[in-house]
Amino acid sequence: MTGKGAEELAPAGATVAGGQVAGEILTGDVLAGAAREAPGEQDASRADSRTKNNRAWFLVLPVVVSVAFTAVIPLMTVVNFSVQDIFSPTDRIFVGLDWFRSVTRDPEIRAALLRTLLFSAQVLLLEIPLGVALAVSMPRRGAGVSVALVLVALPLLIPWNVVGTIWQIFARGDIGLGGWTINNVLGVNFNYTLDSTDAWITVLLMDVWHWTPLVALLAYAGLRSIPEPYFQAAQIDGASAWATFRHIQLPRLRGVLTIAILLRFMDSFMIYTEPFVVTGGGPGNATSFLSILLSKIAVGQFDLGPAGAFSLLYFLIVQIVSYVFFTVLTRTGR
Amino acid sequence: MAGEGRRTEPVAVAAKARRQLPWARTVFWLYAATLMLPLLWMFGMSIRPNEDILGSFSLFPQRVTFDNYQTFFTDPVWYSSYLNSIVYTSMNAVMSLIVALPAAYAFSRFRFAGDKHLFFWLLTNRMAPPAVFLLPFFQIYQSVGLFDTHLGVAIAHMLFNVPLAVWILEGFMSGIPREIDETAAIDGYSLPRFFIRIFLPLIRSAIGVTAFFCFMFSWVELLIARTITSVNAKPIAATMTRTVSAAGVDWGLLAAAGVLTIIPGAVVIWFVRNYIAKGFALGRV
Repeated sequence: MTGKGAEELAPAGATVAGGQVAGEILTGDVLAGAAREAPGEQDASRADSRTKNNRAWFLVLPVVVSVAFTAVIPLMTVVNFSVQDIFSPTDRIFVGLDWFRSVTRDPEIRAALLRTLLFSAQVLLLEIPLGVALAVSMPRRGAGVSVALVLVALPLLIPWNVVGTIWQIFARGDIGLGGWTINNVLGVNFNYTLDSTDAWITVLLMDVWHWTPLVALLAYAGLRSIPEPYFQAAQIDGASAWATFRHIQLPRLRGVLTIAILLRFMDSFMIYTEPFVVTGGGPGNATSFLSILLSKIAVGQFDLGPAGAFSLLYFLIVQIVSYVFFTVLTRTGR
Repeated sequence: MAGEGRRTEPVAVAAKARRQLPWARTVFWLYAATLMLPLLWMFGMSIRPNEDILGSFSLFPQRVTFDNYQTFFTDPVWYSSYLNSIVYTSMNAVMSLIVALPAAYAFSRFRFAGDKHLFFWLLTNRMAPPAVFLLPFFQIYQSVGLFDTHLGVAIAHMLFNVPLAVWILEGFMSGIPREIDETAAIDGYSLPRFFIRIFLPLIRSAIGVTAFFCFMFSWVELLIARTITSVNAKPIAATMTRTVSAAGVDWGLLAAAGVLTIIPGAVVIWFVRNYIAKGFALGRV
């Protein structure tokens, strides 16, 4: 792994490492312990090798400038909206935190918040285990690998409104394969434009279809990075497939799963385009998530004050929850 | 290489250890097939005339027609917006890489004041709810003359692609030993020359993977792209939201456009398929 020197030494080094691991590890618990420690060690050694040099800021500057151009000014404008009552471009009064107060007390917004939290929770509970299961059962070598990777990744490459369109058609009871099958083969009455539960299920299924591949790809990459000696040791111990998964594969997936959980939380909590195309937030308010309600207030009613306060609180919630997830996930199991 | 060579030896043992449950493969391919159903259904719709789509349910098209595709490729609104999307997506991938490469190098090689905070700040830009932030976007891009240009969309998409690119590249670069930098410095290479001549070729696969992810996230994004364009740089996804006419939704044409939007992504992923697993595995994960 370390340049020319390591390449020459690699065969000998690998044998030693393999022998050590296989010889040392007698029980599954020790094995899991070794697997758990490894990432930490890598992190520590990498942090030490970096030198302190503030001139590195010059290298980072282009990134800061390019991101700030599209990030900072809009944020400031939204802060501006949130503390003023704007009647016209020239006629506006400062209202302090009034909009924040009214937004936090609005029952419609509270209901949408609960709905969105429920949706995110369901998304995580369904997609993370399913994605890991998929990654474990994906082919590992041969021509099947490429085909499997491309097929699994395909839903990720479809524009989000097209995903909405696909499901809008697919779930229709009259002309869509999915809806038609449920109605006529399973004999259950299913209509996502009229029934709240059906609409919710459609949006949830669509999200599982769309985003489980991301979890699967991340987990697959994580599995591929586990060194062979761990598996040899498990083999020698006569570990069952489940024990191998539980004590070797799962602990090594913590890093990738942290990222998968964070990305899935952020994106499911801010989901907009797909449900907007499929249900438009309906029927009634059944699938009216925070982002859909927000754009109704901002674009539909043009209430910039409440919309600005709403956005900032929304932004804050996403950041706090992401931060909590991140801290908990990186600390547990260490 | 040596790294590959040492893997081949224990494969016989490892292959057994890595043996999957007997039904795992079957379950996987069944899932993959299910995954494809909505896509195949859309493809099926794209080759039917509209009367057949709305008329009655049938598993296979009774009459096959390519009129929808023909409409797509003869109507300038459709094919030009398709090209627009390809143009700004490619520009975005190139620009994101150019700014992200030096930054990722800085994050992987140096500690500097505020580096951790800067990284978190970069990531938080992914978390802003778009609905309200879009309004100032529109104003800024109009005031600096980037409204409705390919360059404008490419720059706007850097908001979420640059942090991602830095993140992936940093992981790869940290895997390259520092000794290489030091040896090059002793040999008299200046930093820029070292970076271009020696370092970039070493992280070729990282660049491939990063370009893929930038392409992907820029290609699927609709809200920002739609807000800051009107005609000249209008993305294909925005054109698709406007297929409703007096005669109702043109489902066949919509499905044909949907099928075509999948193709560029599928092509790109085919080229980088071998790097994807590596890209995640070597990244900061």
